[in-house]
Amino acid sequence: MRNFITILFALFPVIFISFAGCRRSAETSLTIAGSTSVQPFAELLAELYMQQHPGVEINVQGGGSSAGIRAVQNCICDIGMSSRPLTPEEQNLQQWTIALDGIVLIVHKHNPVRNITLEQLQDVFSGKIRNWRALGGPDQKITVITREEGSGTRGCFEEIVMHGAHFAADALVQDSNGAVREIVASDPSAIGYISFGLVDERVSALAVNGITPSESTIVAHTYPLARRFLFLTNGEPDALARSFLDFVLSPEGQKTLADEGLIKAVP
Amino acid sequence: MREKLFEKILLLCALSAVTALFLIALFIFYEGLPLIFRIGPANFLFSSNWAPTRGHFGILPMIVGSLQVTVLALILGGTLGLACAMFLAEFAPRWSVRILKPLIELLAGIPSVVYGFIGVLVLVPLIRRTLGGPGFSVLAAGIILGIMILPTVIAISLDALNAVPLSYKEGSLAVGATRWQTLYRLTLPAAKSGIIASLILAMGRAIGETMAVIMVAGNALIIPKSPLEPVRTLTSNIALEMGYASGTHQEALFATGVVLFIIVALLNTFALLALRKKV
Repeated sequence: MRNFITILFALFPVIFISFAGCRRSAETSLTIAGSTSVQPFAELLAELYMQQHPGVEINVQGGGSSAGIRAVQNCICDIGMSSRPLTPEEQNLQQWTIALDGIVLIVHKHNPVRNITLEQLQDVFSGKIRNWRALGGPDQKITVITREEGSGTRGCFEEIVMHGAHFAADALVQDSNGAVREIVASDPSAIGYISFGLVDERVSALAVNGITPSESTIVAHTYPLARRFLFLTNGEPDALARSFLDFVLSPEGQKTLADEGLIKAVP
Repeated sequence: MREKLFEKILLLCALSAVTALFLIALFIFYEGLPLIFRIGPANFLFSSNWAPTRGHFGILPMIVGSLQVTVLALILGGTLGLACAMFLAEFAPRWSVRILKPLIELLAGIPSVVYGFIGVLVLVPLIRRTLGGPGFSVLAAGIILGIMILPTVIAISLDALNAVPLSYKEGSLAVGATRWQTLYRLTLPAAKSGIIASLILAMGRAIGETMAVIMVAGNALIIPKSPLEPVRTLTSNIALEMGYASGTHQEALFATGVVLFIIVALLNTFALLALRKKV
């Protein structure tokens, strides 16, 4: 019994700290790190917040979703950013959905193909299916366009669609959503993927597994390539982090994100 | 006294340029070499598997791609540029030289992103429709680069041709050679060192050009087997991926820079040696 109490006493600070989250020293600076897909939006929000709250310093860094999650777990940053859902082991973190996004498959306007399955997508992007005929289209070679290594959109696409398969080596590589859209708009044989907010009338969006990408299917998460942009904290956020989170989820913050092409998390 | 002061100031300026070069080289090597030696130079240079976030760093397709695109640009731009310089030096009426030369020099002032944009909007769809393939290709990059190096080739070759003493030509014409024979047998050989210099400078521009090439080359990770296939050059590889790269990925891009640096240094050295030997 005595031993048990000693152990409990010894463990007490550990338990206490893990419940309390991270100890912070500075009250005027905030470090945010993680997903490169979320990073540009977080930077924009941080800039707006700093304009409204002079004296506050918000530092936004990339590194990827997993790195962001690790960083916030180890108290290296105050808020982590993730564009992928948390695994069961990561559920100890507090999460806020700040916005939603969908990755949309786009083809040329004159392409008769309207729907594609996730399996077909993997085959197309890994180079197993090379002709549109296999997808119910014209007898024409498929020009596959992907994003550059390291891009968050590419990372998310790899996770949902590729499942470890490699992109075809002869796939064209472009370094922005806009460039992918330009090529697809002019090449009748092209297929590419871009963020939902950047789809326009010059290209045609494919349904995936029969579900058309739209605000409602992305919010309901029935569209298979939907993703949530998450902010994560280790335990309760402190005053400054809480204030920034409130700003992000406020109508003003949400409108900023919607203007950038994302879907509001708070309608 | 005053002269000495200016001398020192000028020396300092001259040294600062060299220092900048030295510091840049040092930095690139410092960032890039550790990775090359960690994975082995042979693995880095002769593997075709480039997937830096999965730990594969093979840049062979980019080395071959850079060379293919540069050679094609030199063939297209060099031939056209040299022909243009020959025309301007020997055959063109004086008034047309006064109009053409400044216009050609203007070509050098167009930003490379504009060349790339025109390439994407005009050249790539044209290649796709007439020759097939995705349009983004070695050919598209070679043509765009060929046009971009024209002003360099023309301006320097023209100066070299004009620098051949008039008495040589007069002598040749006096013994009954035609203008073409004079140009081909006498003026061209006499101006050879200048013409080679123009091609070296053009090669430097072609192998280093990034923006326009990224836009029209397609950037696929293959060793192109035909000029209609997409290609990724060393410079595009760096610019394309540096936005999100961190850790070993970033090191790998610096290592790409090391290889580019060495290739350019080697080419320049060979070219200079060739020049010294034959003139």
